Amino acid sequence: MSVELTVNGQLHRLEVAPDMPLLWALRDHLALTGTKFGCGMSLCGACTVHVDGQPTRSCITPVAAVVGMHITTIEGLSTPAGRAVQQAWVDLNVPQCGYCQSGQIMSAAALLSSNPRPTDSDIDGAMAGNICRCATYVRIRKAIHRAAASLAASGAG
Amino acid sequence: MDFRDIEPLTALRRAPSAPEMTRRQFVKLTTLAGTGLTLGVVLPGCSSKPGGTASGGLVMPFVHIDPDDTVTMICKQLEAGQGVWTGLPAIVAEELDAAWSQMRVLDAPAKVPMYGNLAFNPKGLIQGTGGSTSVANSWMQLRRAGATARAMLVAAAARRWGVAAGDITVSNGVVSHQASGRTASFGALAGSAAQMPVPSRVKLKDPSQFTLIGRRHLPRLDARAKSYGKERYAIDVMLPGMMTAMVLRPRRFGAKVASFDASKAKAHPGVVDVVEIPSGVAVVARDTWSAWKGRDLLKVDWDESGAEKRGTAQLLQYFRRLAASGDTLTAVARGNVDAALEHAHQRIEADFEFPYLAHAPMETLTAVCRLSPDHCEIWAGCQFQTIDQENAAKATGLEPHQVAINTLAAGGTFGRRANFESDYIVEVASIAKATGGRYPVRLIWTREDDIEHGRYRPLNLHRITAGIGPGDKVAFRQHVVGQSIMARAPWGAPRGVDPTAVEGNAADEYDLQNVSITWSDPKVGIPVLWWRSVGHSHMAFSKEVIIDELAEAAGKDPVAFRLALLGTHPREAAVLELAAEKAGWARPFPRGNGRGRGVAVHKSFNSVVAQVAEVTVSGNDIRVDRVICAVDCGIAVTPGVIEAQMQSGIGYGLSAALWGAITLTDGRVDQSNFDNYRVVRINEMPKIEVYIVPSTNAPTGVGEPGTPPIAPAVANAVRAATGIRLRRLPFDLAAARREQKT
Repeated sequence: MSVELTVNGQLHRLEVAPDMPLLWALRDHLALTGTKFGCGMSLCGACTVHVDGQPTRSCITPVAAVVGMHITTIEGLSTPAGRAVQQAWVDLNVPQCGYCQSGQIMSAAALLSSNPRPTDSDIDGAMAGNICRCATYVRIRKAIHRAAASLAASGAG
Repeated sequence: MDFRDIEPLTALRRAPSAPEMTRRQFVKLTTLAGTGLTLGVVLPGCSSKPGGTASGGLVMPFVHIDPDDTVTMICKQLEAGQGVWTGLPAIVAEELDAAWSQMRVLDAPAKVPMYGNLAFNPKGLIQGTGGSTSVANSWMQLRRAGATARAMLVAAAARRWGVAAGDITVSNGVVSHQASGRTASFGALAGSAAQMPVPSRVKLKDPSQFTLIGRRHLPRLDARAKSYGKERYAIDVMLPGMMTAMVLRPRRFGAKVASFDASKAKAHPGVVDVVEIPSGVAVVARDTWSAWKGRDLLKVDWDESGAEKRGTAQLLQYFRRLAASGDTLTAVARGNVDAALEHAHQRIEADFEFPYLAHAPMETLTAVCRLSPDHCEIWAGCQFQTIDQENAAKATGLEPHQVAINTLAAGGTFGRRANFESDYIVEVASIAKATGGRYPVRLIWTREDDIEHGRYRPLNLHRITAGIGPGDKVAFRQHVVGQSIMARAPWGAPRGVDPTAVEGNAADEYDLQNVSITWSDPKVGIPVLWWRSVGHSHMAFSKEVIIDELAEAAGKDPVAFRLALLGTHPREAAVLELAAEKAGWARPFPRGNGRGRGVAVHKSFNSVVAQVAEVTVSGNDIRVDRVICAVDCGIAVTPGVIEAQMQSGIGYGLSAALWGAITLTDGRVDQSNFDNYRVVRINEMPKIEVYIVPSTNAPTGVGEPGTPPIAPAVANAVRAATGIRLRRLPFDLAAARREQKT
């Protein structure tokens, strides 16, 4: 069956089952492999993408549920918050194995878009759904604060 | 992990053959690999000597210099988050005097002895990563590699400019002759350098001249790719015509396929093949979701005649019987522990229990295989290239030299990807073989596959009797019951005690005159494997908790009591003192409100780590607020990576201490995903301070040593906060309260 998805600003027509999770449509059918599989049950956050700007776990979201919506993956992240987060991630050497980081960054970018100066407790609330087995959490927290500061300084927040 | 039992001759016989090399070359390489002087030996496939390229660069085993000034370090170690793609290039760049911005990294092919791990086998016959050896075993090899390439660049410049090599300097990627004012970049000299003779001796820097090594902030070479979704892991490999496979495995270890009905699975859209392989039944489909759905429709009858059917409770009963039986092997027998315990004025007897643990790396096991009649190519985050190559060869009926391994970044491993049976590599190769190599195959494990079909940190029971005699002399008797990991090694089980089962014991770590450490190897059909810090993951816990109890019994401060037992362990003492100083240990810790503070120190993989944990206990919940961590790992090559690995080891160990357990009911694993195999999240991560002891000793490991001290430090802090001793992992404060009330 045919499904139309708008991903990173482009419209795609895919021949996939409507119950296929968005994650596998992105990875296997659109070759957007930056979004990762970690648990398949919305428990780890590695698969996080933005659907109409909202952080969404693509591993449990059927493609049929996001037809007509704007899907953004790590490859298409271009909001000021997203860019600030990615730059802070690089500047602070956040990634270790790196596998969870696309999901972490998508969650962090969504947080800063809605809350430009998050407190530690705001960060806990927004990021607790994203597991990192390397435990890069100390630097993730620092990088979110740094991205927030750089957004404020640039007036883009 | 530990490779002290590797038999070099056996390993040599088992090493993949190298048909493209003559015997003389092989002997030369073998000799050179041990000394680290492999430079100048041309990489197979690179024709001109000693390593020019068609494009005019310099190609050597560990260093390539291209005309565009790029310096590429060829990395023999797996990058799984531990930072080898930064630490190892830093060593090369330091001796080469390269600019950090020109450094790149590329994974080495599977090739021994050239890319063997010299800590696993001094002749380099086994390529692999583990045991926190990456920097330690590469240190002199890569320094020489960098210095040799530098000497050849200088020789080329001297010839080109007609000046003495001794008058040429190199700094930040620029070769200069000060008197004439001439300069050249590495790229401009690389082609000529390739024509220079390879020096047999090179001068290495004095550590006081280091500029990159020890630099506080060095950008990780993989930070950008991993922050923009561009790093390619095995799960991201896409080959033309590739199919995706999932395997249905038995719920009990040791069960086999009796028969299966694939009719419904095959009828599912997208499914192209269903094949039996040694570990189960594989469903192959056009995409991941079709394979997953197809697998759900598979009906398999299992032959469970050889399966392990006991649960955790029965296994622990069996372990306790073993502990009481006296059927043991002796690891340490020093002094007369029985007499010393008899004369002790204080005695503590305690059992400690440690569960099976899954590694649960974020990237589940994944591998891609492309098979033709005479060639097999693997893409995976391989941690044991030599063993994986051999196992893939066996699975496909080829010779090891016909198996090419493309090592990719791994999304974590913690030991899981290094196993003697190469379980996931053999699965993907077996599927490719069973489907006749008609298409490349990508195997994906789900999280449930990962948790339910792991190779676990062994279940352990420790029975300890410890006492304090006159002059605070400690007597220590420990019996360890836990499955051998090394028994599964292809070169045979260790003779006597498996050293990984009892590593980091009290006899190794403290000045004790009367110690007995014994071990029993229970026969259990659950596969076990090294899990970040291996035997230290349990041995450190019981040792550091008992030492704390002895200090309390003696009425001594836990830090002072330990220091008195570390007279012949100056590194341990210095690290402990640093952690205590930074934690403000000398100041009384505010009591009340469930607050407590505890300490632990442990040496593993030649590095020493001490941690002070501050906790808050509310009801039966334990929250770790702050950890002060000190580490001595020799010369700190990349301090930022060391700090990250200490944080990482603490987070990993804390997950296990607070919640980690794989339990079995009737032989079936009870856990399946992150909902019932809980791990630390950002809101549960303590504040962490890391302090590195300055050192001029050769660098030692940091991948694992951060893990062992955290659980005992937290247990000791909980004791300080509540008066309750935690001796069973994961911590169950409610159960401990009930047991200790009586």
